[in-house]
Amino acid sequence: MALKIEARRQISTRMLYLTPFIAVAATVVAGFFVFMILGSDPVESLYVFFLSPFETKYGFSELCVKAAPLIMIAIGLALGYRANIWNIGAEGQLTVGAVCGGAVALAFWDEAGIYILPLMALAGLAGGALYAAIPAFLKTRFNVNEILTSLMLTYVATLFLSVLVFGPLKDPQGYNFPQSRMFTDSATLPIIWEETRLHLGFVVALAIAVAGWVLLSRSIIGFQIRTLGSAPAAARYAGFDRTRLTWFCLMLTGALAGLAGTFEVSGPIGQLVPNISPGYGFTAIIVAFLGRLHPLGIIGSGMLMALSYMGGENAQINLGLPQAVTGVFQGMLLFFLLASDFLVRYRVRVVKPAVEGI
Amino acid sequence: MIRRIDRRTFLAGSAAAGLTLAAGPFHKASAADPLKIGFVYVGPIGDFGWTHGHDLGRKAVEAKFGDMVKTTYVENVAEGPDAERVIRKLAADGNKLIFTTSFGYMEPTLKVAKTFKNTYFEHATGFKTAPNVSVYSSRFYEGRAVVGHLAGSLSKTGKIGYIASVPIPEVVRGINATAIAARKVNPEAEVKVVWINSWYDPGKEGDAAKALIDQGVDFMTQHTDSPAPLQIAEQRGILGVGQASDMKAFAPTAQVTAIVDEWGPYYIERAQAVLDGTWATANTWHGLKEGFLSLAPYSDAVSETLAAECEAIKAGIIDGSLHPFAGPIKDQKGEVKVAEGSALADGDLLGMDWYVEGVSA
Repeated sequence: MALKIEARRQISTRMLYLTPFIAVAATVVAGFFVFMILGSDPVESLYVFFLSPFETKYGFSELCVKAAPLIMIAIGLALGYRANIWNIGAEGQLTVGAVCGGAVALAFWDEAGIYILPLMALAGLAGGALYAAIPAFLKTRFNVNEILTSLMLTYVATLFLSVLVFGPLKDPQGYNFPQSRMFTDSATLPIIWEETRLHLGFVVALAIAVAGWVLLSRSIIGFQIRTLGSAPAAARYAGFDRTRLTWFCLMLTGALAGLAGTFEVSGPIGQLVPNISPGYGFTAIIVAFLGRLHPLGIIGSGMLMALSYMGGENAQINLGLPQAVTGVFQGMLLFFLLASDFLVRYRVRVVKPAVEGI
Repeated sequence: MIRRIDRRTFLAGSAAAGLTLAAGPFHKASAADPLKIGFVYVGPIGDFGWTHGHDLGRKAVEAKFGDMVKTTYVENVAEGPDAERVIRKLAADGNKLIFTTSFGYMEPTLKVAKTFKNTYFEHATGFKTAPNVSVYSSRFYEGRAVVGHLAGSLSKTGKIGYIASVPIPEVVRGINATAIAARKVNPEAEVKVVWINSWYDPGKEGDAAKALIDQGVDFMTQHTDSPAPLQIAEQRGILGVGQASDMKAFAPTAQVTAIVDEWGPYYIERAQAVLDGTWATANTWHGLKEGFLSLAPYSDAVSETLAAECEAIKAGIIDGSLHPFAGPIKDQKGEVKVAEGSALADGDLLGMDWYVEGVSA
């Protein structure tokens, strides 16, 4: 008996959606041995890492808090990636969105009213979209690679934020520390679950995921995006406007990242600080691919990625394991996902050896 | 590495603690429960700088109190939305004393402190206190005064590199103290600053050091947490100063000394206060005198005369005859900010947001 590897004629849809689960399972199995080598009880460690965040209401709410920006950004990224438009700079668009939303909050610092939050959200959307318009312009006008421009603009955005919180937006009573005043209640997202930090932004993130799914699978522009990505020649032949789609995808991603940034500063953080995002814009790239660039899959992968961070924190607190465990788990997850992509394109068949005649 | 205590080992441990209690000079803490103490770190404990220094403090607490305490730490906690969750989790897990060791944890610490009124919080380098939140910091600038003297004396080009992290007053103060001291020796000395906007980023720290050396810098100082700048200094054959921990292992030739943070005694004092039930909100800002910082042994690059000068500066700061921010001090525009015969008060130092003459940032 021998095993034979053959290329599939068509990529397997079943495997495409099954492999993320295979990857998670493989990570758990490998994690078992990692914990054993580290000298911890593997079963208890896996429990702490993967299940203990679900034990308490607070733990579960924090998963959602952490997943909300990841989901929101990954939805936008996924639409672009489907069309082969590679926005790597969501982190920068998030930062600019947070600055714009935060600036509105500070401008209305001595006022109260229900109009402030919607204004902030609009400012965040606009800020992120305009910031993503720069790579869109460079791409469509001069054919500059959007991977490079969007990534480099991230560093510009971080410095822009630094200048603002060290200068015009600095808290006047803050001993010259580079951070703004705390936002007022009118500029803070309502909490939707008492005694937690779970804010309205999570509901918005879920709504955006559903909207993204409808857009991608039911609308003409979604069809154009998918065609542009999978068959660029066909898209050109059909007369789809590549320039227009580039603008659309980049600005939509930017807007969503900007909104995520506004939600972070008006939700869990509550002020403008020099470090707003612990790399959400970059982690969201992983989330998008882990979710197979499918808006509903992204909800799952966003929660899973949030879980890996929280599990890592709990492993440190409850097991005394080093923080590197988080990185090891995230690395294993991606490794197994990429490795199992093999199954999407190839299949393994059991072949009986031919009996040789005498 | 298992630091978790299950019921059995815990009982054994507390029995042992009970024996020690009966025999030793320890105070009235109940032997039933160890005091749980949490630490939140901004970098990895292996940064060999800032966080490493705090972790040595944590270990000093463990060494001092043994089974009477149980410490837990969480490393690499980003300043931002994650900090509050980690602090809250530590508090919810029963840690009664929590040290949050980076300035960006200030608001998250205060938020959690509002919910956990019976937990004591200690925030490093901040300024906002509450009934159960103390702040503590070290007068790092006193060490910088010595470092500046060394830099001014040992730099041949007169260009001193300074890898700076986040522009909070504490960092600005360190830059200024270095420049003032260096220019006392060499009035032409210039402190060239590169901001990397991060506390710990070995890649960026190293790149900044390379850029500075290419611009003629031949003495490297830093206010970031990794030994990367010193390692570059070692490679390029220039001198430099270690930050927060003794970094000699990473730059045996380049490091002339290091500003070493000594958190252990403070952490022990605060843990003792909780054990005694005497903890009260405090705003502690100690320096060389109280032993909050020290200088690592001088290397061979420092002559005996120079070492004696440095020791004299230290002695002057400790006995109060020398103030690192004594006038006359001019700002970058050449305007006198501190007149001769006076010195900057603590309030002005705490909010410092301007550079002295000789700083190029």
